[in-house]
Amino acid sequence: MIAAVKSAARRFDPRALALPLAFLAVWEIAYLRAWVDPRLIPSPSGVVQTAWNSLADEAFFPGLWASLYRDLAGFAIGGLLGVASGVALGLSRRLDAAFNPTLNALKQISLFAWLPLISTWFGYDDGAKILFIAASAFYPVAVNTFEGVRGIPKTHIEVARVFRFSKAQWVFRLLLPAAAPKILVGLQLGLVFAWLATIGSEFLLANWGSGLGNLIIHGREALDVGLVIWGLVVVGLVGSLLDHLAQRAENRLLRWRGA
Amino acid sequence: MTVKLSLQNVRKTFRSRHADEAFVALDDVTLDVEDGEFMVVVGPSGCGKTTLLDLLAGLTRPTGGQILLDGKPVAGPSLDRGVVFQQYALFPWLTAQGNVEFGLEAKGAPSAERRETARRFLGLVGLAGFESHHPHELSGGMKQRVAIARSLAYDPEVLLMDEPFAALDAQTRETLQCELLRIWRVSGKTIVFITHGIDEAVFLGQRVAVMSSRPGRVERVIDIPPEFKAGEDIRAHPEFGRLRHEIWRLLHEDGERAREDERDARRLAVAA
Repeated sequence: MIAAVKSAARRFDPRALALPLAFLAVWEIAYLRAWVDPRLIPSPSGVVQTAWNSLADEAFFPGLWASLYRDLAGFAIGGLLGVASGVALGLSRRLDAAFNPTLNALKQISLFAWLPLISTWFGYDDGAKILFIAASAFYPVAVNTFEGVRGIPKTHIEVARVFRFSKAQWVFRLLLPAAAPKILVGLQLGLVFAWLATIGSEFLLANWGSGLGNLIIHGREALDVGLVIWGLVVVGLVGSLLDHLAQRAENRLLRWRGA
Repeated sequence: MTVKLSLQNVRKTFRSRHADEAFVALDDVTLDVEDGEFMVVVGPSGCGKTTLLDLLAGLTRPTGGQILLDGKPVAGPSLDRGVVFQQYALFPWLTAQGNVEFGLEAKGAPSAERRETARRFLGLVGLAGFESHHPHELSGGMKQRVAIARSLAYDPEVLLMDEPFAALDAQTRETLQCELLRIWRVSGKTIVFITHGIDEAVFLGQRVAVMSSRPGRVERVIDIPPEFKAGEDIRAHPEFGRLRHEIWRLLHEDGERAREDERDARRLAVAA
């Protein structure tokens, strides 16, 4: 963990801070000069104060864990199903012919359009939210896995035939490692989509429960814009952290590709 | 000497998407390879050399005729035949060691033995010390050495090589040719080596089967004098030049004939 922080610090380019800092400066000046209505746009220092209070609130961390739990549970389910269907459709022309057109057509429907059906059938609780998150993670994983399996070079397949690979060797010695670069791209995208869907589900399947989405909803209800902004910051930070971890895992797993 | 590998009137056609007639890749190919022999098949591109190798490997089946290994028909790929591909076909996610080991895994060797055997064969091809390198860290010549070690390690009776040195620079190619002869001498394997290089054919082969194209046929089998395998600079030998020229002439005549056939076909097409 310390090594991870150190390597991140070494790679950090201070120029990345220029835009956020400039924005904060303009924001603070606008507030001090009273160019904006302070009820609609509080000061940055005011947001920091709100953040501090929010962190001290006993509901904050349970909310964060609740969101993360939904996110990871949905991602795990959608990711596993995505890899499995991508492999199945990638290997079998027959399954591909039978399922791909339908899956493609379903993909054209915005996932948010399913929410009324999901809430009608499954309500507003964690089950419904995780289902929605899983569906969001599923597609990028399935599509990329499919492409990874189809893209296995013919020579590698011939090697497997020459060496008389067993079924298990086919899957674990050829298919999964050969398709790994694409599968990992899919999983990384799936993780991003799952996090977007997590917050989306907390807004659109809101049930006054626990979660980062609820934090933001509370802010809006109380006309506490500072709290809304703080919620957005947390959502963004958690998303970046997840993406960073996924990237590190990918780099580690694909070290054999070289620089 | 006993016959190891026997091709009897082998014919291979492919259905073409554009023409009604099937494309004849190989027609009436008959050739015997003896046990422990180094047989080189040389031919112009498009003469069906790779098709021939796929058939020997069992990756495809002949349309007609038969292929016998030790008198038994070849029914598919099997661990009694090893294949070295032109593009190495190493698994990039495995180390050199791992690439050699998985061939042994297919044969069901225990893991300690696999490690030991892989190490020994990497040493045999001159790659001791590179066991833990991944393919992207190796040069083209080293990759092909790994591929050769992979095919030798599980001890197939016949080694099939499909233009294995074609993608290498001239110097590396010559080094590997010498090493292949050395490995062949120590291992006593039967080798079928496919190439379009005439020099390479005369240098490596005990016999050279010269193929013609459209359809692919074995035009002639030429004996190479045994003293050519003595290890000296045989390329300077006058007999080397004579044999080289003989094969060149056979290939050249075939090329001329193919061009004439093409001209005739075009003339007919225009007349029609």
